[in-house]
Amino acid sequence: MAKYIIQRLIYMVITLYIIATITFFLMQLLPGSPFNNLGGKMSEAQEEILLQKYGLDEPVPVQYFQYMAAMLQGDLGISFQYDNRAVTDIILERIGPSATLGAQALIVGSLLGVALGMIAAIRHNLWADYISNIAAVIGISIPSFIFAGVLQFYFAVKWRIFPPSFWEGPIYSVLPTISLMIFPLAICARFMRTEMLEVLGSDYIELARAKGVSNGSILFKHALRNALIPVITVLGPMTVSLMTGTLVIEQIFAIPGIGEQFVRSISTNDYPVIMGTTMLFSVLFIVVILIVDILYGVIDPRIRLTGGED
Amino acid sequence: MIVENVLKVNDLYVTFDTYGGSVQAVRGVHFSLKKGETLAIVGESGSGKSVTTKALMGLISKPAGRITKGEILFEQQDLTKLSEKQLRKIRGKDLSMIFQDPMTSLNPTMKIGKQIMEGLILHRSMSKKEAKKRSEELLHLVGIPEPENRMDYYPHQFSGGMRQRVVIAMALACNPKVLIADEPTTALDVTIQAQILELMKDIQRKMETSIIFITHDLGVVANVADRVAVMYAGKIVEIGTVDDVFYHAKHPYTWGLLGSMPMVDSEEEQLFTIPGTPPDLTHPPKGDAFASRNKYALQIDFEKEPPMFRVSDTHYAATWLLHEKAPNLTPPAAVKRRMQGFGKDNIR
Repeated sequence: MAKYIIQRLIYMVITLYIIATITFFLMQLLPGSPFNNLGGKMSEAQEEILLQKYGLDEPVPVQYFQYMAAMLQGDLGISFQYDNRAVTDIILERIGPSATLGAQALIVGSLLGVALGMIAAIRHNLWADYISNIAAVIGISIPSFIFAGVLQFYFAVKWRIFPPSFWEGPIYSVLPTISLMIFPLAICARFMRTEMLEVLGSDYIELARAKGVSNGSILFKHALRNALIPVITVLGPMTVSLMTGTLVIEQIFAIPGIGEQFVRSISTNDYPVIMGTTMLFSVLFIVVILIVDILYGVIDPRIRLTGGED
Repeated sequence: MIVENVLKVNDLYVTFDTYGGSVQAVRGVHFSLKKGETLAIVGESGSGKSVTTKALMGLISKPAGRITKGEILFEQQDLTKLSEKQLRKIRGKDLSMIFQDPMTSLNPTMKIGKQIMEGLILHRSMSKKEAKKRSEELLHLVGIPEPENRMDYYPHQFSGGMRQRVVIAMALACNPKVLIADEPTTALDVTIQAQILELMKDIQRKMETSIIFITHDLGVVANVADRVAVMYAGKIVEIGTVDDVFYHAKHPYTWGLLGSMPMVDSEEEQLFTIPGTPPDLTHPPKGDAFASRNKYALQIDFEKEPPMFRVSDTHYAATWLLHEKAPNLTPPAAVKRRMQGFGKDNIR
């Protein structure tokens, strides 16, 4: 197990290096420069000084090596937009709301989804099943920003139950969390229902029944763990969609999160912030995949991980 | 010596609702099982063998399937009248079951020790420690070496034969009075089959369990059973001791089954086959269900269902050929040679 994790960590570093390189060069293709959006109020000499200050007058490969060398030492550079603010500081300041939002949506969404899928499987072909099916299809096919709009309109504007935007306390996270969790909820419910039905029809469940095990024990002790295996598989991609989902949701609810910052950094050619945020997302993503792989082994003994065999 | 009946099934009917209509999978099955006895139920796929045993266990999947008529008497109570909760107390304790495919009948994400202990804790209210000790004994009994270590193994760490031993250990956990084995050796290779059969016979001797053994392998029947029931289209068409059925078969369907059995030293080039296919049980045919495939069918076979005719105290068969007015028929020559062949003990 330890060997396996070390192996994976090495792969992680390689992957991150490749992502950093690709992002760095892709970023150069962004139209405009960090300082031209001041509306031509800057003289060429001023711009020259700025470019020089941030090292942007060097050839791109040189910039690349400088950036990489700095990054290895944990220095993600200084933002172009905010004077003298380190990218790491900006990320640390902004990550709180995003992480809260993402974690809430992921946890609540997947737990509710699993529960809904289980109910659907037990009440197979009855009304509860149909309702959860319809809910799941709607959740998968309608994008989160539409939910966000609808929720804002009814719960914030019309009924005034929750605040429509900003981030000033836990109550502010309710609507964005709901809009964000619809998708994981729907996906989990679908997978869980299909898988649970299959597991409940399997021989070992019938054998458990033949042993005189009660329905509750059959469901939670025998079936749940087996049915969860495929759900774990979608957790990885789901987390990614949550991350990209936050980009949009944070815009809609005016949440000062990392996603909102990321979008702004792209439109303002704030290279160090783009790089830093991309690296952050990449690390999160890779870690999530690693966790999913480890979870697999915890849940399914047939895929206990061993290092170096494949 | 009169041995008491452990289980008695009277006029059992099981129906399944499907999109194509109601399938009458079991249509009036009668049999009894004595203490320490092995009753084999044979018949082709879809003849209702498995459904019958599932009905005994109360495992007919509702609401699509249901017992429409009949009773299953076990220790003076009719199992068909018990609630799910009452049945659960009997299942796994007094009646237990071994399934066909050991590769799929163990929970892949649960240690086998835990799977065996589960029944003990449930029915015998044992503590974890006691259950563990008893499970190790059971694993030892079914011939699994180093049971203390194997308790923590997952099913995928065992071979097929070993898994079936685990399933058997699980079924035996609470000293069941009746053990139902639904083709327990079909999914195993031949040498392992023989070992598992030996194991079951051995355990039966030690524990005095009654066994209902479902199979379509007549070789296995001759090896393990005391009595044989032949099922066709949801009914028992012939029932008797192994001798009765193997040497003095009366029902043409039993002849067909015996004739279609390959023999080691047979000189015949071709195997006997039964023409046609089993009837559609959504609309069971009038008269004898086997009539259309039976070359000895009489006129009455197409009109009226034959009752069970008594051949001897132990031997009954449902065919009009046993009626006093029926022509005296003997089995075809090939089947006769088979019957004599059994005497030479050249089947497994």
